[in-house]
Amino acid sequence: MSEEELEPIEILELPLGDWHRARGARMVEFAGYHMPIQYEGIMAEHAWTRENAGLFDVSHMGQLMLSGEGAADALEKLVPGDISALKEGRMRYSLLLDEDGGILDDLMVTATPMGLYVVVNGAVKWDDIGFLREHLPDEITINHMDDRALLALQGPNAVDALLRVVPGVDALFFMEAGSFFWGPKSDPELLWISRSGYTGEDGFEISVPASHAKALADALCAQPEVKPIGLGARDSLRLEAGLPLYGHDMNPDIDPVEGNASFAISKRRREEGGFNGADRILKALAQGPAQKLVGFSVDGKMPVREGAPVFAQDTQVGSITSGGFAPSVGAPIAMGYVANAHTAIGTALEAEVRGKRVALTVAALPFIPHHYHRRGKAL
Amino acid sequence: MTRYYTEDHEWIDVDGDSATVGITDYAQSQLGDIVFAEVPAPGAELKKGGDAAVVESVKAASDVYAPVSGTVTEGNDALEGDPALVNTDPEGEGWFFKLTLSDTSELASLMDADAYKAFVEAL
Repeated sequence: MSEEELEPIEILELPLGDWHRARGARMVEFAGYHMPIQYEGIMAEHAWTRENAGLFDVSHMGQLMLSGEGAADALEKLVPGDISALKEGRMRYSLLLDEDGGILDDLMVTATPMGLYVVVNGAVKWDDIGFLREHLPDEITINHMDDRALLALQGPNAVDALLRVVPGVDALFFMEAGSFFWGPKSDPELLWISRSGYTGEDGFEISVPASHAKALADALCAQPEVKPIGLGARDSLRLEAGLPLYGHDMNPDIDPVEGNASFAISKRRREEGGFNGADRILKALAQGPAQKLVGFSVDGKMPVREGAPVFAQDTQVGSITSGGFAPSVGAPIAMGYVANAHTAIGTALEAEVRGKRVALTVAALPFIPHHYHRRGKAL
Repeated sequence: MTRYYTEDHEWIDVDGDSATVGITDYAQSQLGDIVFAEVPAPGAELKKGGDAAVVESVKAASDVYAPVSGTVTEGNDALEGDPALVNTDPEGEGWFFKLTLSDTSELASLMDADAYKAFVEAL
């Protein structure tokens, strides 16, 4: 083995690394980067986001721009969503599928004047880029915009805070996006902002040139509603919102029907097929999947975590893929896969933790209602 | 009464052959918000370095090890209703269990307050 191969893999620095440290963050390695796990504490940060507005640095995620004639049609071979029908400024949650219909990643696709803006998970972004390059036609250009940071501002007061910094953002509704000017009139920066997120709350995701990320983060945190929030609370917030975490609640062995993501398989695509794994996925849609991702409420106070086996009496029928204490619920919650016969809401099951059985009940997702600012919804 | 510390960030207050065990302030600060603690039942036989209790933060479950061997005389039942005591008073009301030492010579391998302070500063 050469010396080069023995070098430890370098943990990379994101544009806001020192900004987090200066604000007292505890840093951990995540997706190959130094990232903030918490500032003042996960419980306080979680509650602040639910009640005010939390600023999350999600610059580890991959921001891709797919451009070229026929990009939407080409991408539709690899995802089950209706991409070609996306109007400019509208976005859709979708799933990147391997040839067998297994989930390689979950992602957001937005139609923009420049092409399809795709945001993928940080932990698998290099694999995604490689897969897209291999399976998209050569005339489709993939631009990995690694010169941009990505910030998420989430919570009921996010709109008030952001509006003071970036006028006009209140025109966006949930799952809509557009470009906005920010900064001095003489030298404004162009931000790409969507009304979306990963907490179940109203909020925004903001793509900003890396060179200006600190100035934007400072401007946002100068608003009284805003505090920086770490990855720990991001995880507890998304779990309460019933949102899957790729690599835990979804992986290449799981198809979208099993992954409780049938909603992401658009009507036209169900009728026409023509995407990776369509045979398996359409069959699962028609006949029901062998297993399915469900939520669990947990009896008592002991958290039930990833990897815990799930039993119906003496038979193992599944396992936990995400679990922990839910600060807004005030109790442990979990998500996991169970055989289809046990997926009905209210089904009583048990998990095994450190040799002890813990009672679980299959629960409706989300655990905490979503508070999205949907178009057409009465106030 | 003498207080000793382990490299796994437990403290142990020893009075004759009786002792009280908890986790240090440094340990609770590293774990973050504690949401669950599982303490051993009276009568449980503990072996030095073996699993004795469990403490869970929002993020993860961690083992608390027995600093020395002995027999548990009492678990701290207050942690069941208020696990956050481990955060607010880790080296007082947030204790985990009391035990009767089976071999007081095991204490020789533990750190005193100054040695533990130096150990933590070097981390």
